[in-house]
Amino acid sequence: MSFLKSLFLILGLIFGIFVSPAVAQSEPETLRPLINELAKGKYAETEQQIGALAATGDPAVAPALKALSEGDLFFRKSDGVVFIAEKQGNSYNLKDPLTLEAAGEAGRREVKKIKVNNKLRRVIRSALGSLTLMASDPNVRRLAAVAIFKAKDPEGIEALDVALAAEEDEGVRRVMEQARAAAVLNSDLDETQKLDAVATLSDMGNRDALSLLLSVRASSEGVVRSAASEAITKIEKSIATWDAAQNIWYGVSLGSVLLLAAIGLAITFGVMGVINMAHGEMVMIGAYTTFVVQDVIRTSMPGLFEYSLFIALPLAFLVAGLIGIAIERGVIRWLYGRPLETLLATWGISLILQQAVRSIFGPTNREVGNPDWMSGAFELGQMTITYNRMWIIVFALLVFAGLMLVLKKTPFGLYTRAVTQNRRMAASMGIRTPWIDALTFGLGSGIAGIAGVALSQIDNVSPNLGQGYIIDSFMVVVFGGVGNLWGTLVGAMTLGVVNKFLEPYAGAVLGKIFVLVFIILFIQKRPRGLFALKGRAVEA
Amino acid sequence: MMSSFLFRAMDAKAGIFLAILGAAIVLVPAGNLLVPETSPFHVPTYAVTLMGKYLTYALLALAVDLVWGYCGILSLGHAAFFALGGYAMGMYLMRQIGPRGVYGDPVLPDFMVFLNWEHLPWYWYGFDMFWFAALMVLLVPGALAFVFGWFAFRSRVTGVYLSIITQALTYALLLAFFRNDMGFGGNNGLTDFKDILGFDIQADTTRAGLFAASGIALVLCFLICRSITRSKLGKVLVAVRDAESRTRFLGYRVEHYKLFVWTLSAMMAGIAGALYVPQVGIINPGEFAPANSIEVVIWVAVGGRGTLVGAVLGAVLINFAKTWFTAALPDIWLFALGGLFVVVTLFLPKGIIGTLGSGWTALRQRKISARYEAGSDQPPSPAAHSPGAAANISPRAENTASSTSGAAKPQPAE
Repeated sequence: MSFLKSLFLILGLIFGIFVSPAVAQSEPETLRPLINELAKGKYAETEQQIGALAATGDPAVAPALKALSEGDLFFRKSDGVVFIAEKQGNSYNLKDPLTLEAAGEAGRREVKKIKVNNKLRRVIRSALGSLTLMASDPNVRRLAAVAIFKAKDPEGIEALDVALAAEEDEGVRRVMEQARAAAVLNSDLDETQKLDAVATLSDMGNRDALSLLLSVRASSEGVVRSAASEAITKIEKSIATWDAAQNIWYGVSLGSVLLLAAIGLAITFGVMGVINMAHGEMVMIGAYTTFVVQDVIRTSMPGLFEYSLFIALPLAFLVAGLIGIAIERGVIRWLYGRPLETLLATWGISLILQQAVRSIFGPTNREVGNPDWMSGAFELGQMTITYNRMWIIVFALLVFAGLMLVLKKTPFGLYTRAVTQNRRMAASMGIRTPWIDALTFGLGSGIAGIAGVALSQIDNVSPNLGQGYIIDSFMVVVFGGVGNLWGTLVGAMTLGVVNKFLEPYAGAVLGKIFVLVFIILFIQKRPRGLFALKGRAVEA
Repeated sequence: MMSSFLFRAMDAKAGIFLAILGAAIVLVPAGNLLVPETSPFHVPTYAVTLMGKYLTYALLALAVDLVWGYCGILSLGHAAFFALGGYAMGMYLMRQIGPRGVYGDPVLPDFMVFLNWEHLPWYWYGFDMFWFAALMVLLVPGALAFVFGWFAFRSRVTGVYLSIITQALTYALLLAFFRNDMGFGGNNGLTDFKDILGFDIQADTTRAGLFAASGIALVLCFLICRSITRSKLGKVLVAVRDAESRTRFLGYRVEHYKLFVWTLSAMMAGIAGALYVPQVGIINPGEFAPANSIEVVIWVAVGGRGTLVGAVLGAVLINFAKTWFTAALPDIWLFALGGLFVVVTLFLPKGIIGTLGSGWTALRQRKISARYEAGSDQPPSPAAHSPGAAANISPRAENTASSTSGAAKPQPAE
């Protein structure tokens, strides 16, 4: 047969008409009689016929078998030919079971369903499993092994042994071994085999293995039972550890989002003692900048899409930073010494910015695409780590480090810190505090803008984007304390992790409520946050 | 330092204000019920309800003004107390529906039947009686404010930090009331009310009655606020606002004063909410939204913080503008509101009434000093204007003396 296949292949290549049906069409003539056999006899015969089909080892029979187990396989009463049929109104649309091409229609009375029972379905499942275990696509093989693992069908052992001998892909091999272990435990093989199987499952160590072992413990006795109990405790421990790790990961991920959103706020609040209510809108403007950049790239130079975020970052920083400086020069500088009024004025600005964006871009969500390196996920042990979350954590830490560097190592940072600590003294020393105010405000807003670029990757880009983050950002800043970026980092990470650890017990909403109540109580204890500035500046 | 002139001006204004409000309480329901519909003086029912809503907003603004304008506590969470009062009233109205609900359950409100609840939760007991609900309208916001304030003021949480945690409070309540498990109707809130105290809630007479009740509540609360702010207690509050540490060093227990006025203000907000709900016919968690609380603050800022009339005026004016704008130019409304925030904080820090008041004071002073300069008239005795102002003679004399140059400066707000 393989000779025939390769012959056809070569012929096809020679004539330049290489299409896959050319290969498949070689089969139907040998397989069709076998399939048509299914129309005859009762359950016992059908089982034998399924065995015969499986014995061909040809994946082409898989659709027919699948249809059979789902009750979609019919035969025509007049000539006994078998079809896959789909009911439509009062008649059936027929499909060829091998080529899957349409084969006309048939009335309700003209065809008859080939009956199957649960036992046959199991037989079909394992037959399908062994058919697909040998497929050339490793993904198909893996799925087949997983299917056997779920069915725990002892009949699959043989097929798995054959497949294991031929398997070269390490990952697929492991899955097959696990599937074999599951099947072995469900069979009546001897204890040593079963003990091996328990050991395999114990190494597997996830929830599937756990539930399987639980059922083994309930049904078996003696050595196997005690081995299973041991494995269960081991798995439970490892699952608990991985769960904790996953929670910490989610928490750090949420924390880095909070950090990105809050860090700009912390700077402006630290220097000017003003909570900038329009801060969330700076985040939103950054996200919309990303949208515009991607839109331009899509229409004019699609090749650059992968780099769109790198183009958007400096632009978002500039746009948001300039708007921030404009706000500072236009409104906030008239209101120094009146923090509560500033809060109201910036709230007004935030309303204006929201409505402006709504008027320009419309009230609906805008689509911002993920570049390839941002999408997808990978497995680390039993944790699933998505790339976008991972890059956002990296990005948040980079922004934090960069900001630290600017504040600690540049003259601008020195002036900023001087103004934060003692505005009058700084002014006396010749620092132009109005300029520092404007630039700091611009810097804080710019950071919010690049936070927007990052958040556009994980959140809906809509005019309300900023509103969703502003309250959380406040909480982070107030919790972390003013005038110290480390406070913001610790605050953001703590709130993120606490939030995620509360979620499984209390649910997302209740968890958040607890965090809010916790912050309210915390402020009573430390009215100026975790890392408070000390000294006279505090009372100013 | 408050000059007696300002006091006297406020007196006159308060009189005018109460007269206008009293006239409205009588004339609007009369215009609705007694004047035939064909007459141009007829007030349609929807307008009565709308104005009733404004009055409850005005009451809320009054409550915010009491703590912010006079005590310097900027609350960004007063909508929480408003909504709690509203929920207490909403629960009473829900229980009044009785077996007339969609599911016809004699005790359980519709949403509980829908969620397969077997029994009424314990906190719904008693709300079938009006007196109990009315008590809760006062007690629930009051108790929450008391506990919250007791902790916050004792720990000396002030300024922006206090504002942020009040916001956290209302945000936490917003999230909590969105939950179906809370037993307050979740997302949909409480609605579909039938009657209040046995009167049909849709009837014109009930609407007019609710309007009058809102007006009377506003007048009473105005008088309470006024008597507080004009008393010695009110002076201490202003001192706390202007120099908290100094007041504390003088021996006043600042946190007690703050706690008192804070709790009172929350109760007033609760009353406002309770009157609001039967008029709009629904209460849902959206009322807790932090944005609502901030909007109330801007009503007060526009009208004039630290002037009670200003708070009422600001609330009515802005809500009237909102009604008009959102119908006529919906896109412009947020621009207008945002612009209002900016313009008022930049150019009208004292609000409408405050600016008018100080302008008028300056005018009066100029007139008096001109007379004084000409020597044609005796300086008027301040005691004649206000009995409490006797102590102010010498400062006022200084004032007039210093303003002989003709350019009297308005007093700084803080």
